[in-house]
Amino acid sequence: MKKVIGVLLISLLSACASQTPQPSADVEDRSRGVAPQTMEGARDMEASPTLNPLTDPNNILSRRSVYFDFDSYVVKDEYRSLVVAHGQYLRDNSSARALVQGNTDERGSREYNLALGQRRADAVKYVMTLSGAKESQVESVSLGEEKPRATGHDEASWAENRRADIRYQGE
Amino acid sequence: MLPMQIRLRRFYGFAVVLLLWLASVPLHAALNIEIFGGGATQIPIAIVPFAAEERLTQSLTPVVSADLQRSGLFRLVDPAGLRPHEPIEVVYPDWINRGAGALVIGSTTALPGGQVAVRVRLLDVAKQAELAVYTETVPAEQLRAAAHRIADLVYEKLTGDRGVFSTRIAYVVKQGKKYSLQVADADGFNAQPVIEYTEPIISPTWSPDGKQLAYVSFENKKPVVYVQTLATRARKAVANFRGSNSAPAWSPDGKKLAVVLSLMGGSQIFLINADGSGLQRLSKSSGIDTEPSFSPDGQSIIFTSDRGGSPQIYRMPTTARASGTAERLTFEGSYNVSPDYSSDGRSFIFIHRNGDRFNVAIQNLATRQVQLLTDSQFDESPSFAPNGKIILYATEVRGRGILSAVSSDGKTRQQLSTQAGDVREPAWGPLPRQ
Repeated sequence: MKKVIGVLLISLLSACASQTPQPSADVEDRSRGVAPQTMEGARDMEASPTLNPLTDPNNILSRRSVYFDFDSYVVKDEYRSLVVAHGQYLRDNSSARALVQGNTDERGSREYNLALGQRRADAVKYVMTLSGAKESQVESVSLGEEKPRATGHDEASWAENRRADIRYQGE
Repeated sequence: MLPMQIRLRRFYGFAVVLLLWLASVPLHAALNIEIFGGGATQIPIAIVPFAAEERLTQSLTPVVSADLQRSGLFRLVDPAGLRPHEPIEVVYPDWINRGAGALVIGSTTALPGGQVAVRVRLLDVAKQAELAVYTETVPAEQLRAAAHRIADLVYEKLTGDRGVFSTRIAYVVKQGKKYSLQVADADGFNAQPVIEYTEPIISPTWSPDGKQLAYVSFENKKPVVYVQTLATRARKAVANFRGSNSAPAWSPDGKKLAVVLSLMGGSQIFLINADGSGLQRLSKSSGIDTEPSFSPDGQSIIFTSDRGGSPQIYRMPTTARASGTAERLTFEGSYNVSPDYSSDGRSFIFIHRNGDRFNVAIQNLATRQVQLLTDSQFDESPSFAPNGKIILYATEVRGRGILSAVSSDGKTRQQLSTQAGDVREPAWGPLPRQ
């Protein structure tokens, strides 16, 4: 596994315009050895020949977005079964890796919003681990207000952007 | 409370900049400037076109004039008809009659090999005395830089503060789906892209020596902190830990960065060496701690935290390893974020939510007095000029992101905008090393 990650890292690094050496490998290792960039590199992997439960529109696992109230990072009841299903999928597929990306609306400080988005991603990750996913299988990160799905400047757009998305390695 | 002065639009500086911009190649040089308002006690100054400067590839006096006028501290007196270039040619009563308090004269001489000899004098009209002489021989392609140094000299002699006309600024331009981190002269000229991506770039910040930028890029589906050397373009991910990595701030000695990581849960402030080694946790709270800014002596940082229930500005020693030592600094309102320490350590600027507006405010650390400096709708990311006299920030005009600058007394404003796209995330660079 380590070798695979190494190869992926190298291909990623060479894909970048210039050098991006991995900092402080000791700290990385302490966080259970899942390199942050592996999501990217796995794109080249072959797709499963059978119907993929993660993309089957009839499967709850195809639903990936969790919405939040204003200034809140509580996973609402209506999204709990969705998040639990993803946690159980990770429990049952120990090689699967997920990335949870938290988002916020555009109002306020970009860096503070980044931290708020992190809280939303952490909350989703927490429910996934309670449902059986291993801590090392889920990385929670934040996109803050930087990657809005809705680009309007109204309450409907803001609500759409108060969201966390679950992505799997290779997506 | 709001120092809203007369909103005098001054087209002179804008026209000069626009003309120079039209004359300049390449088209990157694209930050236009408009000036609003002006201090009550402006110094009347006449700047006489220098001898033979019209034959150069770049005239000096329009740049000097635009610099001084942009500061809001000077009023340009028209030298129409009078063309002294040497002190002996100056008839002081003529300038007293025109109301000029100071006079700038000079000459330029084109030398073989593309060099230009520049000699400039700053004269006190009332005292009929020479205040400063500037002589320099520069390559023709560095005439703008020479003009900025002349403006710095005039500014410093007449105001007592260091000029910031030779500094540079960094900012992010978003155009369509493209993000470009750019560096430009403080007057918006010579804009150069540092890096361009189809993913967001935020939080650029200058190393104290002005040679590197730290910034946050989302090119790997999550925020990662990079340090890039401007001269070589070499870049390195200095904080690329599991989770999110953001909000870089340089220590004043340039050896360390404060960064915000979610590595150990939440969003907490860590110190890391500028090469990415030696990670140390600095803040330890159950809330969000972010947006660190070092005090000029490096002994403390101010930062945004919601440990008290709403985001407020706190200060803690950089030697601290526990949250108990953090001191809350802001108490007015429920949203105070994005602090930046002044270079003299006496005050800090931040964004204060004022009803449904987000405005730039300044707080004196000794008296705790807060002054709102702007009254626009969505101000973000305030950044002090290295002399503490001007604050560059991002704002919105008719739905478009632009940069704006306000004097630290709130009396003068400028707007810097590009032809297209949103400009945001400004960071004012350090004074050039002397």
